[in-house]
Amino acid sequence: MAHQILIHASTASGMTTVEALVKHPMDSGFVKDKAGKIIPPHYIEVIEFTHAGKVVLTGFWGPAVSKNPFIKFSFKGGKSGDPISVSWVDNKGEKASVSSNIM
Amino acid sequence: MRLIIMALMGASFALFGSLASARAATPINPQADMKAFQGYFLKRFPKVPLAAYVNGPYNFSKSEADQWKQIMEFPPYQFALDTGKSVFNTKFPNGKDYASCFPNGGVGIAQNYPMFDPKTGRVVTLGIAINRCRVANGLKKLKLTTGPMADILAYMTSTSDGKPINVVVPNNPKALAAYRAGKEYFYSRRGQLNFSCASCHVQEAGMHLRGNVLAPALGMTAAFPLYRSKWGNMGTLVRRFIGCNKKVHSVPAKPDSAAYRDLAYFLTYMNNGLPVSGPGARP
Repeated sequence: MAHQILIHASTASGMTTVEALVKHPMDSGFVKDKAGKIIPPHYIEVIEFTHAGKVVLTGFWGPAVSKNPFIKFSFKGGKSGDPISVSWVDNKGEKASVSSNIM
Repeated sequence: MRLIIMALMGASFALFGSLASARAATPINPQADMKAFQGYFLKRFPKVPLAAYVNGPYNFSKSEADQWKQIMEFPPYQFALDTGKSVFNTKFPNGKDYASCFPNGGVGIAQNYPMFDPKTGRVVTLGIAINRCRVANGLKKLKLTTGPMADILAYMTSTSDGKPINVVVPNNPKALAAYRAGKEYFYSRRGQLNFSCASCHVQEAGMHLRGNVLAPALGMTAAFPLYRSKWGNMGTLVRRFIGCNKKVHSVPAKPDSAAYRDLAYFLTYMNNGLPVSGPGARP
């Protein structure tokens, strides 16, 4: 619940398009709260998408990425029903992952 | 001479008296108002079917509608909806929960709000009902505009998805007065810019205000609470009222004020029969 990822992937003419929405505060460490204290940095450092066990995309993210980021990419290959999964690790060492199937 | 003046004065008093009583005695007919209100839009935009008004500005701009369709692949309110569901199902410290305060356990009832409460003689919106429930169970009120309140409203509204809006104005002088006050608020000009709600959302509905399309007043309340890209988070109908009032340079009312309760009552009554489509997403 706390760490939520929405993912869906679809395939058309040999290309698979993956879209994901990741719930994460993505605090940059440069913002102050109402009391004037700095909100400590808390952001995703690495995000990885795998298709049938093979890594198809690795993203090295940082504080510049928005809150609750959305990512969309496509790769060659993949067919309907193949497993696809996504996982991330943030600077506090928190992790989350989710897997789904290509539609 | 004096007699004539006296007679004139008497006549003018009589005239004032009759005007005042005529205003008070003007029959309030919400049913007829609603038919005229919906008829106005249906006649003006013959291509837009009644139920489509819940999609607001997207009926009038293809590019915005296309972007919206793409956004809705991952509804931006999804996280709020999930949070709202878990908050709604979490028990209060005293062992009760939100469901215990509402008929049917709070599921599928959003279309009946705002509701007239004969006990207090005031209009109760769903947000105010949630706060009443919290106070009755020894908890603090939530802010009515955004945050956890918007999350809970998002969940409760989603359980009514597609149900026809069914707001009732009972034949009670206080209910009719609240309805009339809401109607007057909607059509009264205010603020430094001297706009009424109707100036933008009836007269100029479907037109552009800079880059944005003005949503028609019909169907407007059906998609709340909503995720607004401009806000970057969720907001309730009251938050939008406050925003609109600020935009015309007038002083907004308090979120739980009679003015906003009555306005929500009138506006939602105008949408009777349209499907609930909240939570929504708007630019």
